[in-house]
Amino acid sequence: MCHQTVSLVARHLEAHGIPTVCVGSAQDILQAARPPRACFVDYPLGHTAGKPFDVADQQAIVDAALGLLETATGPDTLITLPNRWGDDTWRSEASSTAAKDTRQPRDETPQFQFPADREAAVASGALPA
Amino acid sequence: MPMPVRYIDTIARRYVQLGYQPYRWYVADAPASFTPLSRPLAQATLGMLSTSGAYALGQVAYHYRDDASIRDIPATTPDADLRFSHITENYLVDARRDPGCIFPLRALRDAAARGRIGRLAGRVQSCMGGVYSQRRVRDEVAPAILAAMQREGVDAALLIAM
Repeated sequence: MCHQTVSLVARHLEAHGIPTVCVGSAQDILQAARPPRACFVDYPLGHTAGKPFDVADQQAIVDAALGLLETATGPDTLITLPNRWGDDTWRSEASSTAAKDTRQPRDETPQFQFPADREAAVASGALPA
Repeated sequence: MPMPVRYIDTIARRYVQLGYQPYRWYVADAPASFTPLSRPLAQATLGMLSTSGAYALGQVAYHYRDDASIRDIPATTPDADLRFSHITENYLVDARRDPGCIFPLRALRDAAARGRIGRLAGRVQSCMGGVYSQRRVRDEVAPAILAAMQREGVDAALLIAM
């Protein structure tokens, strides 16, 4: 869903004069939604900008995306980055078609990561007490 | 080399198993507009959007019912003050340990320090990318991101999908 959202935003920004480059890990959704420039990183979802605590990997992905801003000559430019996750065991769960819904319940309560974040939002005035 | 995961097909099959209606994904029927860079990256202001549901300490978290709001996050925010709320929380385990997985502020600040980009926008943006209504993405999320990036004077934007 995020890849669809990012693609729609990219198309909108680009139509209003802002060049964009997307980075995503769902190749098929990028192929359907066709953002103007995109890098596919073949990693498990949640790691589009690199492996945790791997500064070199994260920097390589950002640099590759910046490079595509300079080299793409037209829309529908989708490249695959050479970065490798290493261990392929995540693929079987990501491809599983078992009846499993990993989404959280859908309601309109702010879902703070920590209880203290709510207090910080109240203290800053962003959230009514 | 292993085949990339086919998410659209996988999710469609899961929905059948769960008895849900199929989701109608956006399929573009024409190429996107294309805007070339107006100046070299080394002189450009770069904006960033991550759809990971990031918020900074002191801001309100996202909710999980097609939350189409956005957050402006100061580019100087330390990783220790970055938080995440997203309907697919299962993908946030690593991002909550190292935000650089999905919200690459550190890498972008480094790119600016190296001169790879002219500067990073003063504020970057997040949204909660799990919005099912494509109409709401088009009518609410995309114009809000455009307005925020125009306020920041960005010359180009890096968009990170979760």
